[in-house]
Amino acid sequence: MNQPQPAYSQPDTTGHFGRFGGRFMPEALVAPLDELDRAWIEAKADPAFTAELDRMLREYANVPSPLYEAHRFSEAAGARILLKREDLNHTGAHKIRNVIGQALLAKRIGKPRAIAETGAGQHGVASATACAYLDLQCTVYMGEVDTERQALNVARMKMLGAEVVSVTSGSRTLKDAINEALRDWVASVDTTSYLFGTAAGPHPFPSMVRDLTRGIGDEARAQCLTLDGRLPDAAVACVGGGSNAIGLFTAFIDDPDVRLVGIEAGGDGVESGRHAATITGGDVGVLHGARSFLLQDEDGQTLESHSISAGLDYPGVGPEHSFLADTGRASYVPATDAEAMSAFDLLCKTEGIIPAIESAHALAGALRLAEELGPDSTILVNLSGRGDKDVHTAAEYFGLIDDPVVLEEGEQL
Amino acid sequence: MTVIDELFARTRSENRAALVGYLPSGFPTKEQSIRAIRAMVEGGVDLVEIGLPYSDPVMDGPVIQAAAEQALAAGARTNDVFDVVEATAATGVPTVVMTYWNPVERHGVERFAADLAAAGGSGLITPDLIPDEAGEWIDASAAHDLDRVFLVAPSSTDERLAMTVEAASGFVYATAVMGVTGAREQTSSLGEQLVARVRAVSDKPVGVGLGVSNGTQAHEIAAYADAVIVGSALVRCLLDAPDEAAGIDAIRALANDLRAGVERS
Repeated sequence: MNQPQPAYSQPDTTGHFGRFGGRFMPEALVAPLDELDRAWIEAKADPAFTAELDRMLREYANVPSPLYEAHRFSEAAGARILLKREDLNHTGAHKIRNVIGQALLAKRIGKPRAIAETGAGQHGVASATACAYLDLQCTVYMGEVDTERQALNVARMKMLGAEVVSVTSGSRTLKDAINEALRDWVASVDTTSYLFGTAAGPHPFPSMVRDLTRGIGDEARAQCLTLDGRLPDAAVACVGGGSNAIGLFTAFIDDPDVRLVGIEAGGDGVESGRHAATITGGDVGVLHGARSFLLQDEDGQTLESHSISAGLDYPGVGPEHSFLADTGRASYVPATDAEAMSAFDLLCKTEGIIPAIESAHALAGALRLAEELGPDSTILVNLSGRGDKDVHTAAEYFGLIDDPVVLEEGEQL
Repeated sequence: MTVIDELFARTRSENRAALVGYLPSGFPTKEQSIRAIRAMVEGGVDLVEIGLPYSDPVMDGPVIQAAAEQALAAGARTNDVFDVVEATAATGVPTVVMTYWNPVERHGVERFAADLAAAGGSGLITPDLIPDEAGEWIDASAAHDLDRVFLVAPSSTDERLAMTVEAASGFVYATAVMGVTGAREQTSSLGEQLVARVRAVSDKPVGVGLGVSNGTQAHEIAAYADAVIVGSALVRCLLDAPDEAAGIDAIRALANDLRAGVERS
């Protein structure tokens, strides 16, 4: 009865989470990835490195972030909702935890240049920030479609001294930005670190990014115990590539009574085919260096994803999430654009907090879970980012911008 | 012996390097890609690599990316590649498919191997599949007598290089530069060093690719490698041509020039 379970220990030494993960990469990058793996294993065991990283996170990134009991939102939800306030971090999202760690590692291994990909621009801004802070030269690849819909973040990156390369190949979005960054890296790896923005890609990125973001869950777990003397009933996070979700989930994986729920971007609804719900609506395959779920056609060509949230608009997902879905330890469900925007509106009106549209998906999932778990339950939600970057998108969605009247050709007032 | 082994036995006895030419399947259409490949063979290519167009070709530079995008936009499908292989192999030259891994996995590794063998194909070049992850492909290729062309790179450690060469058959693909595919003005000295490192652990034939665009460069590489691999420069002939006939003439002429380069002593 109740044999103690062996503690969760993933991935294996070659980066496999069960049948997921691994390294599907050009041979030219495999030795550099091995070096990076070794460098990270050494760095995280070096007290001087971890002390320096902790200091930077504390003094510069405003970490640990608070845990906040959202009373009015809870009342509306019908369950007790605790928000992990990653929106209060420097640069406005959890991304800074990951990128400061990777940039500090880049300094340690002596590579003067860093590259990054970005979708919404949050990881690009975080990368540009960390590179300015740590004196690294920074180039950010961003799909042309995204540079247009996130022009403010392009300006931010440039202010911070980064070069922004607009990617015009393929679908001109995040996946193509990753392709272009990989093409840069294969030619520049001697002098350049790739600051990967999510818990996906070839080994060691999924586990390294998890190690760097797991502070979210480690802090939240301790904060819940301090607040309540018990763990929450569920922990909820949005999942695009999956860095904030894996950062939240990791601390709770060995707590079987805490439900782990990842909310994918349902776009117009999974049945419409216009979505980014990779685990819910995709199949297993290989993309960007790892085996995982992905959106693909019957020939294995990557399909374009769709979401109102640029940060979740990615046809792949980190391999550890595929593994957690496969084993049943975490469940993954979609929230549509409409559900996310309704939750976005509710948080604005009840708490005076404008969430990132990505995080609004987690809130939408929490609202659904609240109905199921009832008023005595406590649901921990990772509020992974703030919504300043989304004001334009949200204002358009809610019809809050009085556009000047545009006349069709030949039309008269 | 596979047909690729026979080819290298012959070119070695002729004291020359083999010429390997790459063109994508389905670019600009399936029928046109077959005609272009035939012209390349007529021009003197000894072994044909047929590219399977893929949505996310991270190892490819702008020329091959553009061809893949156009092929996919025109409706290229995985099954088309087997028709192109069949038409190419019918010319008598060994024919391999160069493909990113996901289309193979999606088709089914065993099924892909069976379909490729049935079409007369000789093997696969797998730019994003390293032997470490290739267990299923190694089994399927062995079952269907297909060759497994893995890549080595200037950055490969001695240990990885030896392991990769051991797992490869047919030939070893040495990527002469750190970078993506695409013609370069000068070939790199990294290629010669890399071939020497392969020679130190094996007598398997070594082909050198990435950046070769003319007979002079082909001649330089032929001095130390068993095969000279040309891709983007051939694809460019089609991309730049005003019409199909001009593209096919350009391909035949380039293949002629490259072949003269590998034969010049």
